[in-house]
Amino acid sequence: MSNLHLPWLELSILTPLVGVLLVNLFRNRETAWQIATGICFLTVFLAFGELIDFMLLGAFEAHDHWPLQQFVFNRDVFVVDELSAFLLPLAAVIYLVTVLSTLKTKAPRFSLAWALVSESLVLATFSCRASWTLVALLAISIIPPYLELRWRNRCTRVYAIHMIVYLALLLVGYTWLGFVDPHSASALFPGALLTGAILMRAGIAPFHLWITDLFEKATFGTAITYLTPLTGAYAVMRMVLPIAPTWALQSIAVLSLITAVYAAGMALVQTEARRMFCYLLLSQSSLVLVGLELATAVGLTGALCVWMSVGLSMTGFGITLRCVESRISRVSLQDYHGLYRQMPVLAGFFLLTGLAAIGFPATVGFVGMELLIEGAVEVYPLVGTFVVLSAALNGIAVLGAYFRIFTGRENPTLVPMNVRFTERTAVVLLTLLIVGGGLLPQPGVASRYHAATELISQRLRNPNATDGELTETEGHRHQATDSNPPPSPETKTDEKGSDQ
Amino acid sequence: MNALDAMFYWLGTIVVASPMLLVLILGVCALLGRPLGEQALARVTAAAVVFSLLPAIAILFLMLASGERYVPVEWGDWMSIPNAHLHFHWKFVFDRLSIPFLILSCVLCGVVGVFTRRYLHREEGYQRFFLFYAFFFCGMVLSSVGGTIESLFVGWELVGLSSALLVAYFHERMNPVRNGQRVWSIYRLSDAAFLVAAITMHHLTGEGDFGGLMGSGHWPEGVPETTSSQALLVGTLLLIAAAGKSALPPFSGWLPRAMEGPTPSSAIFYGALSVHLGAYLLLRVSPLLEASTILQGLVILFGTVAALSGAVMSRVQSDIKVTLAYASLTQVGIIVLEIGIGLRYLALVHIIGHASLRTMQLLRAPSLLRDHDAMENAIGSRLAASAAGQGRFRLGQQLWIYRFGIARGYMDAALDRFVVMPFLAAFRLFDRWERGLTDRLSQESSRESDAVELHPETPERAA
Repeated sequence: MSNLHLPWLELSILTPLVGVLLVNLFRNRETAWQIATGICFLTVFLAFGELIDFMLLGAFEAHDHWPLQQFVFNRDVFVVDELSAFLLPLAAVIYLVTVLSTLKTKAPRFSLAWALVSESLVLATFSCRASWTLVALLAISIIPPYLELRWRNRCTRVYAIHMIVYLALLLVGYTWLGFVDPHSASALFPGALLTGAILMRAGIAPFHLWITDLFEKATFGTAITYLTPLTGAYAVMRMVLPIAPTWALQSIAVLSLITAVYAAGMALVQTEARRMFCYLLLSQSSLVLVGLELATAVGLTGALCVWMSVGLSMTGFGITLRCVESRISRVSLQDYHGLYRQMPVLAGFFLLTGLAAIGFPATVGFVGMELLIEGAVEVYPLVGTFVVLSAALNGIAVLGAYFRIFTGRENPTLVPMNVRFTERTAVVLLTLLIVGGGLLPQPGVASRYHAATELISQRLRNPNATDGELTETEGHRHQATDSNPPPSPETKTDEKGSDQ
Repeated sequence: MNALDAMFYWLGTIVVASPMLLVLILGVCALLGRPLGEQALARVTAAAVVFSLLPAIAILFLMLASGERYVPVEWGDWMSIPNAHLHFHWKFVFDRLSIPFLILSCVLCGVVGVFTRRYLHREEGYQRFFLFYAFFFCGMVLSSVGGTIESLFVGWELVGLSSALLVAYFHERMNPVRNGQRVWSIYRLSDAAFLVAAITMHHLTGEGDFGGLMGSGHWPEGVPETTSSQALLVGTLLLIAAAGKSALPPFSGWLPRAMEGPTPSSAIFYGALSVHLGAYLLLRVSPLLEASTILQGLVILFGTVAALSGAVMSRVQSDIKVTLAYASLTQVGIIVLEIGIGLRYLALVHIIGHASLRTMQLLRAPSLLRDHDAMENAIGSRLAASAAGQGRFRLGQQLWIYRFGIARGYMDAALDRFVVMPFLAAFRLFDRWERGLTDRLSQESSRESDAVELHPETPERAA
């Protein structure tokens, strides 16, 4: 396996943890915020360093140079590959803009230290492949939101019940999988348990109630950072995609599609902005799952592109809404607020990020959404068109929210509420990525396609997953990847063994 | 590439790049919160229009001089996946259909831009209007010369967004905003049909190039290489998209609502250009229509119903802009009818003539009452009301027709009653179920959002 030139992965995981110590040293909110922001900037730098280094290597996967964990644990825990290489900077950017856009008024409620802990956990999760380490990280990552709910004296029952079931399914499923051959039919049952766990983590209906509850009761910043990186989708890629049969994946894709349309419809009837955002995110993240589970190269490419788009644009949309909330508190959608005159730049950002979230042309989501629809229609000619319906409904919800919040009423207040420098920096950063990725989609799409073909070729090595036969399109794409052969099964087995 | 081809390439590039540059300049200024002054804004906008119009005219003359009937300008692949035989190609086509429509778009956008400079002088939303105008202009140019369904779709979406936002231009009032939302909803759903058509085209031909769908020959002589059933499928989806954009029944309800926008936007968007975009799409794929008799019948049916209902509705409106809007619908219906029966050149000439006339009428609409008064003062009595058509129907029939017209064909009411309300009611029911389930799991009232204040932004609260 190739080596990165520097230990980017470990540094990007450890840096936020160092930040936690520093933040806790300073009780002054302003200083703590400055330290947290600096740490997040440094983490973004390290994550992008990892990405550039990895791309220069041209390998499918690589691990850190001078890995500390190998010295300590005598094994490779963190590995970056074509799937995770892009997700690490994405997660780092999500945390950076969330921290950067946190106003002083939010500081008592939004814990910077726990945000940095979560960042470290997410980066570590995205640096792991299927292993007990990944299971442990997925399990630990449920703790910070739970603690926040407790500190805020909110009811934790809905969150806790869902997470306990999720954890139980995950642990039982992965333990069981260790006792059977993952390439045999006996892997079907543990696979089903893992799938159930991950559907719950991803919030596929009817297991989505904990997500709406979290948005109700946790701080908006925590809810955004916990959900927009789409950790559930990552778990699907690592744990379910390699072992699940095609028919099972495509059945899950239909469930995800139903969730996407359902959540899009629900977004239209919400009477409060944060809940509307929650359903919008649920709908868009379900669309990502639809693409991932189609198990075709085009669908998978589309899903990976939409994943990046959802991560960026929904975070942008969320923090813009959070900026509005931090000025006037939570926003009812039952009536018009007419805030445009008080915050014209925020209105523009709200519209831009909202449109990017639904895959509007010239934004990062457009090409990905087209590929996803292409993939869905390829597998399900009729049902696939529901992806389009879902996107259309989301578009109506976004503009509806824009109109309700920023227009429709003359607001007589003269209190200035316009965007602050740090907020503007956060959203301009996202805007550059959203529009830049939309105008120049080719590098991203090419790399995502390559990742998709590699992931599918890994699947093809499992006769159980492909029902023992290659479809014409899968076979074609397998040939297409021959020029860059994937790692041998022996290597994979060794790695898995060492991980465990 | 010979000198002529190079000239075509650069002229075509300037045509398309100019409005894109305008969007970039105005968009960046808006995002940075540093809008241009009125004069600078008007100059930049005028320059963008001129730099699109003059190269377009130059291309026309070069085509006439050289005998070229089809000039493709290719910018390469926007995105391509060679192994999957998938690519989104930036290709712009200058031919006998796109050149007239492009020049029409540039001329009318230019006229309305100059008109707006004075009409909205010192208006608070001046910069906002021109930003949306830039999006619209860019969308129209892309839609006019788009040689692939993706390029056309990009333009189509830009036109839709800018139209909806301009309907809601007077955004401190509730009605324009509601109407903007209505227009956007109709556009989104019809755009969904467009997107599905684009994907279906990719599946049928492996590319989104209109040439691939139209087979041999350039517009209007293309002979489609698709089967009748394939043409029916793609054509029907495109017809739905066109119906949404051109306000053909049953989507006509958005047209009078769109008149809530400022007069210049009503003139250029809903009276002149945007409303013809659906017809233009049908013209672009007109060879495809002939591949299926059923599809042709559908187009004729849509056109006829639009023309008749538009004629009835325009006669009973009490608002001049709404009357003109329905008069536009009548003409668009006739244009669609012409496309359905294969009179392509007639339809193109009809679009150009009608768009120009309607722009002039709508720009004159605000001063119409003053003219009316001046004429009555001059003759010293009231002008005689037109009694055209009154004797042709019995009283009962007249009342029925009047009711149909004044209720705007019951189209909005029907859509609300049979589509929107059941849809929303179903999801509100699901929402109640979710609330019940979450409350039961929480063993308490789970929704903090229920306690959200309706207007926390009011000055009383701030004080």
